[in-house]
Amino acid sequence: MTPERFEYVAPASLDEATSTLRDLGDEAKVMAGGQSLLSLMKLRLASPRYVVDLGRVPALNYIRDEGDAIAIGALVTYAELKASALLRERCALLPRAASVVGDVQVRNRGTIGGALAHADPAGDLCAAVLALDARLKLVSTRGERWVWAGEFFLGMYASVLEPDEVLAEIRVPAIAGWRCAYLKAARRPSDFALVGVAVRCRIDGRACADLAMAITGVSDRVFRARSVEEALNGRELETALIEETASRSMDGVDVSGDIHASSEYRTHLARVYVSRAIRAVGAISGPPTPSV
Amino acid sequence: MRIRVRLNGRTVEHDVEPRLLLVHFIRQVARLTGTHVGCDTGNCGACTVLVEGKAVKSCLMLAVQADGKDIVTIEGLANGGGLHPVQRAFIEKFGVQCGYCTPGMIMSACALLASIPSPSEFEVREALEGNLCMCTGYEQIVDAILHASTLDRGHGGPRRAPQAPHGRLGHGPGDPGRASGTTEAGHGR
Ligand SMILES: Cc1cc2nc3c(=O)[nH]c(=O)nc-3n(C[C@H](O)[C@H](O)[C@H](O)COP(=O)(O)OP(=O)(O)OC[C@H]3O[C@@H](n4cnc5c(N)ncnc54)[C@H](O)[C@@H]3O)c2cc1C
Ligand code: FES
Ligand code: FES
Repeated sequence: MTPERFEYVAPASLDEATSTLRDLGDEAKVMAGGQSLLSLMKLRLASPRYVVDLGRVPALNYIRDEGDAIAIGALVTYAELKASALLRERCALLPRAASVVGDVQVRNRGTIGGALAHADPAGDLCAAVLALDARLKLVSTRGERWVWAGEFFLGMYASVLEPDEVLAEIRVPAIAGWRCAYLKAARRPSDFALVGVAVRCRIDGRACADLAMAITGVSDRVFRARSVEEALNGRELETALIEETASRSMDGVDVSGDIHASSEYRTHLARVYVSRAIRAVGAISGPPTPSV
Repeated sequence: MRIRVRLNGRTVEHDVEPRLLLVHFIRQVARLTGTHVGCDTGNCGACTVLVEGKAVKSCLMLAVQADGKDIVTIEGLANGGGLHPVQRAFIEKFGVQCGYCTPGMIMSACALLASIPSPSEFEVREALEGNLCMCTGYEQIVDAILHASTLDRGHGGPRRAPQAPHGRLGHGPGDPGRASGTTEAGHGR
């Protein structure tokens, strides 16, 4: 499979990238790791006239300590997220989610910016940044704007990114010592999530506080599990409450069904994984949890 | 567009169409057909090569994206006539049946052993997540890689980045680990 012909542009700086995008209009497509875009181009589901490769913009590749936040350049790969000592200590949810994306080769090329911009309804990092209330910096020649992860995803493969904008930076809160978990159900290790649950919280005395949960793979986009958050915040995480909350976690959610999992099965899986994720942050043992 | 890469230690320069995939550059332009195309969709790993020391699927990368980079394929492993220890281990432990997946398996194994010289079985299996084999059932492949990690590294062996036949692999001059040819974990970083 070969993509249709296109012109290749490789800007050396973010400024150059944004002015290139302004000049080329919506016939241009940004490429980062190419792990999704190149597949689409080979299948000719995408046939951009110009490909603007961000891979030669070294200034977009950093993980920086900013005190109460950690700033991550859009070109940071999954492998780099997974290996980052700073993130492991101060925002462990992100490296945990990154470590179960695809396989080694995909993690060596795929980037955090590409993962979010692609807005895959089963994207693992989409759930992680949503649960983290991350902020995203979008840059164009018109200026820069910051959006919350909660405002970024609009639907299946759709986000608020305009064709002339580059997602340049992702800012996650520094939450050293917080509890977090990313649990993913997939048919095989390198597959997309049938269900992925990202959760983080603090334990304040005996009660759980600031719990945020995001779910991927079950609907047309990642979403926050508000009913779970409302039911658990300020309460002690104990088994009856967890089971009750998990059993209602999919109420009102339009759960998708496909060849990999029917809607009924996915609903069941999601409830089970919500329960396991809460147990994981509550350090409450339950039925044995396979590590997926 | 003109690109220039270090391919198994040799500089290769060529005009390519931007849409040319790296795997086709390797197979058709450089005529190294040891790198296989299995699925062409990014799932099977048969096309795995090392780019800057990291395992990547060459069917999911454009040749133009590799411009200026250092690439090692299965042909870059054997030193003169002698096989690389990972290759030897695949023979000794019968990690091969039809052989279609083997070049990709071996490149993934080399990347693993360069960063983790003595991996656990779990680490080996994890490193192979992106490499599918329809013949062996994986057991002999895992055995072969564990065996390779114990083999004599007398010849550019698994504890270092695979050494290309014609000198260094084109890393920057300020790379003492490479220049002296000593062990370097996570090469290419
Ligand atoms: C075999 C395989 C298995 C996979 N398994 C998983 C999995 O388990 N979980 C998972 O979440 N994903 C998985 N993926 C997808 C992978 O995560 C992709 O890498 C990711 O979705 C895209 O990142 P990229 O850097 O490769 O982006 P690209 O493919 O280069 O780009 C993707 C899209 O984002 C846009 N884009 C990229 N960067 C920017 C930017 N900085 N600003 C604006 N727009 C941008 C592009 O224009 C394009 O539309 C898998 C992929 C493969 C091939
Ligand atoms: S041919 Fe590249 S992954 Fe299968
Ligand atoms: S040996 Fe035949 S596919 Fe692996």
